[in-house]
Amino acid sequence: MIALVAAHLLAACVAPLLVRRLGRDALAVLGLVPAASLVWLLVQGPAERVERVTWMPEIHLDLVLRLDALSWLMAVVVCAIGTLVLVHTSRYLDRDHRGLQSLTGNLMAFTGVMLGLVLAENTLLLFVFWELTTIFSYLLIGEDSRRKASRRAAMQALVVTTAGGLAMLVGLVALGETGSYELSALVADPPSGRVVDVAVLLVVIGALSKSALFPLHFWLPAAMAAPTPISAFLHAAAMVKAGVYLVARLAPGFADVGLWRPVVISLGLTTLVLGAWRALRQTDLKLLLAFGTVSQLGFLVVLVGLGTREAMLAGLAMLLAHATFKAALFLVVGAVDHTTGTRDIRELGGLGRRKPVLLVVGATAAAGMAGLPPFAAFVGKEAAYEALLHPGVLSPLAAGVALAVTALGSGLTVAYSARFVWGAFGGRTPADAPADAPADHALSPVLLVPAAVLAAATLAIGLLIPLLDGPVVAYADLLPAGYEGTYELALWHGFSPALWLSLTVIALGLLAFVRRDAVGRFQERVGGHGDADLTYRRTMRGLDRLAGAVTAATQTGSLPRYLTVILLVVLVLPGAALAGAFRSWDVRAWDTPLQAVVAVGIIACAVAAVRIRQRLAAVVLVGVSGYGIGILFALHGAPDLALTQFLAESVTLVVFVLVLRRLPKTITQRHSTGRRLARMAVAIPVGLLMAGVAATAIGAGTQDSVSEEFPAGAYDFGGGANVVNVTLVDIRAWDTMLEVSVLVVAATGVASLVFIDRRTGTPQHSGHASAADAERGRRVRADRSESGSWLRGSEMLPRAERSVVLEVITRLLFHPIVLVSLYLLFAGHNAPGGGFAGGLVAGLALVLRYLAGGRYELGEAAPLDAGLLLGGGLVLAGGTGVLGLLGGADVLQTAIVEFAMPVYGDVKLVTSLFFDIGVYLIVVGLVLDVLRSLGAELDRKEAELQDDPSGARLQGVTS
Amino acid sequence: MSANAVYLVLIAALFSTGVYLVLDRSLTRVLLGVLLISNGVNVLILAVSGPAGGPPIVGVTPFEDMSDPLPQALILTAIVITLGVASFFLALTYRSWVLDSREDVLDDDEDVRVATQQRLEDSDSDVYGQEGTG
Repeated sequence: MIALVAAHLLAACVAPLLVRRLGRDALAVLGLVPAASLVWLLVQGPAERVERVTWMPEIHLDLVLRLDALSWLMAVVVCAIGTLVLVHTSRYLDRDHRGLQSLTGNLMAFTGVMLGLVLAENTLLLFVFWELTTIFSYLLIGEDSRRKASRRAAMQALVVTTAGGLAMLVGLVALGETGSYELSALVADPPSGRVVDVAVLLVVIGALSKSALFPLHFWLPAAMAAPTPISAFLHAAAMVKAGVYLVARLAPGFADVGLWRPVVISLGLTTLVLGAWRALRQTDLKLLLAFGTVSQLGFLVVLVGLGTREAMLAGLAMLLAHATFKAALFLVVGAVDHTTGTRDIRELGGLGRRKPVLLVVGATAAAGMAGLPPFAAFVGKEAAYEALLHPGVLSPLAAGVALAVTALGSGLTVAYSARFVWGAFGGRTPADAPADAPADHALSPVLLVPAAVLAAATLAIGLLIPLLDGPVVAYADLLPAGYEGTYELALWHGFSPALWLSLTVIALGLLAFVRRDAVGRFQERVGGHGDADLTYRRTMRGLDRLAGAVTAATQTGSLPRYLTVILLVVLVLPGAALAGAFRSWDVRAWDTPLQAVVAVGIIACAVAAVRIRQRLAAVVLVGVSGYGIGILFALHGAPDLALTQFLAESVTLVVFVLVLRRLPKTITQRHSTGRRLARMAVAIPVGLLMAGVAATAIGAGTQDSVSEEFPAGAYDFGGGANVVNVTLVDIRAWDTMLEVSVLVVAATGVASLVFIDRRTGTPQHSGHASAADAERGRRVRADRSESGSWLRGSEMLPRAERSVVLEVITRLLFHPIVLVSLYLLFAGHNAPGGGFAGGLVAGLALVLRYLAGGRYELGEAAPLDAGLLLGGGLVLAGGTGVLGLLGGADVLQTAIVEFAMPVYGDVKLVTSLFFDIGVYLIVVGLVLDVLRSLGAELDRKEAELQDDPSGARLQGVTS
Repeated sequence: MSANAVYLVLIAALFSTGVYLVLDRSLTRVLLGVLLISNGVNVLILAVSGPAGGPPIVGVTPFEDMSDPLPQALILTAIVITLGVASFFLALTYRSWVLDSREDVLDDDEDVRVATQQRLEDSDSDVYGQEGTG
């Protein structure tokens, strides 16, 4: 069975190729796939058969397919009608039909998933197939995507059936959790309880939306935008039967549960009458059939959902009858449309005379629809009346109402069946037809034969019902009988009340047709076709408006407001949790009084930074508070942190200054006192909350720290005495790896924000200096009598920007600083230092060169592309990890290599050193990128502006 | 384990001042606020890690006297990442200044457009079909 489904899906994949090769004939060739499946099913027979492939057992989603009597019936319907529709479509569509390839593929795929739907045993798998049929239906309805009507119809069908499908999913999961995810187990041993009542209702809603029951019926007539053979297959024979199938499938277990029966029967009967009533008013043959389908689906749901053996017998017989006669009628309409170019009753006339074969086929199928003896629908309706005459499960009153409504609906069905035949074939060729009216297209037998086969089938099922009812009876036997004795499907039960009822209904229906003018006037007066489509449109528009209003109200575009909302949520939710968890805080004053002294300084700086309006002063204040934090780190016994904090604060200050020199000195924006108070009202509680979080977290610990083992491990496995450094480069190297990646991203971001059109500027060597700068450099060199200068690049700076003292200091200190940075890098494994601190020191050395000598000096100091440093660092850090992997160890695991070197003595080489070198390079790369973009590039733009103010301004690159 | 009161006060102060600045519209102030909050977070991690001790270096401090090394490693990378974030933020500030000579965050144009359009009310695009037909 899995092979059957797979074969269809495979055929769907090759369909476009086949269409390219064979054109529309490919449809008929592809019909072989469902035809072969049909043969397999017929040979196999309705014997039980299960196939199981474990897929995702954790979420109960496995590929479980099960064939039983009901599945077999449905699968036969799908395959048989699928084959005929494919053959018919191959002549219905024009040779050069737009989108033929995708249509063919979608149709094949639909056949496959529909087959999967009726075979699925796992409820979640059923849902997957269910939604797939919705999607292919969407694609097929909206097949002509140029027409607004078809796009709208496709979207409507999708929205309605998906909404129902979601409800169904919730129901299926609830049923799965309380009972089973397998249909047969679920029905055999149904769970109970209030959850199950609701779950079953949700599943029923899903089923009813799919089968277009009132009040969700409106999508089906709209779906007639699809090509007619597609409608025959999806919207008459197969897909819309999925809901009926599911109701029939669950009825043996759940017909007595909760609201099942009231909902299923009342909605089904309403749909039955409503659909038939509206079918009688249609002038478009296809819409007439569509409303007829709505009506019949309601009838089917009532029968299979009632929960008695007789009703199920009737339902399944009607299901077979409807699938055959309705598909036949749609194909007839397709043929009519194809040959005359219209399907409007008011334009058609005399077609019966011109196409007698088509008339015979159409009239036969319509007789089947009316339920005349000896057609299948007659047998089905006999059984239905019989079931309602002996209700068993219903109260006599309810059964009486149901019987009356069914009879009314059946009478209307007879009337609209007659209207169909009369409308399509009756009358005479319009005498007033213009002489140049297009002649009828020739009618290919390929169009006609599938319809004829289906019409014959609906007759044959009626005639041969005792031979064919094996699977129908087998499935209906699962339900309790509502009737003494064993009812059997048959054409002749003697002169029973049901027979008289049938004959009366047919007679009244024909009478209604004969007096159609009077009936029409009556319909005009009554109206009574509430417009559910209008409700749908109003609902959707209301949703749109609501979404817009919510967006407008919540997305004001103000960043401070967003942050305020977020922070208020932080205050309310974690704040409430914290208050709930509060027991007592064990607080000590300090570890050393010095902490308090430093803290006072930090707080003073922070508060001053809030109040001050001078940009640079505020920055310096925050920087000083940062240095204070560094001192706290030192007091806490964290020399690595203190070192890094000092260095990072220094670099941050430099970066700030680089940018702030372009901005106004003071922040001009002022806020009202109310605003400030409001901000304070948020800020201070957040601060207190975080202090509370810290105090609570400290008291809440119940386990020893994971880092208890770190010191010993660091020395034994990591090969280093500095535990913090070993943690960074070994124990938690993955973290570090990702963190330095963030640095690479930040550096790249800085460079691209400043350079805009390229990753980074080439280093500004003195060799590539602009003409003016180079000229200045030559003059400086020529002026000077003594040979040599302190810094080469600074020669090109304007004299006013040069500081000889700074140049001298830089000349003297640059190399020692770089040496210190290298020392920190290599010693870091055993003493404070490491890649981060070393890199920052090297970065500060570059800062010094830039500040003293300007942008050309920076190019002299670091003639490399910063991107090269960043990328190289990342490769080195990641590379050591991969090397460890190749050596058979875990990723990023440290290897220690010890060997004796002549003269030097024993060397202990720890591979994580290379990781640290990578970190070092990345940090240097970050600082270099910042200097080159926010420093040198800004200088260059400034200089460019001075040389050529108008041009630079035009490029929008300057302040 | 007892909490260090100095750290608690410091955390409250750094978060309060930081949040106050972050709620400003000036990008410079927002960044200063982010820096203060980052320091506050680092102090919080440190405070939670336990009492002060000797440097966690084998051979310098006996195991039992060491300060907890794990939070230190976390804070160390946090410090450097804050540097990267600050650099990026400053580059953004610069860019904002170059483009419209302002360095404060304005209301998002797109959001404002959505809000105004909503008020004007849709001229009823025909997505769901004309009413009264069907």
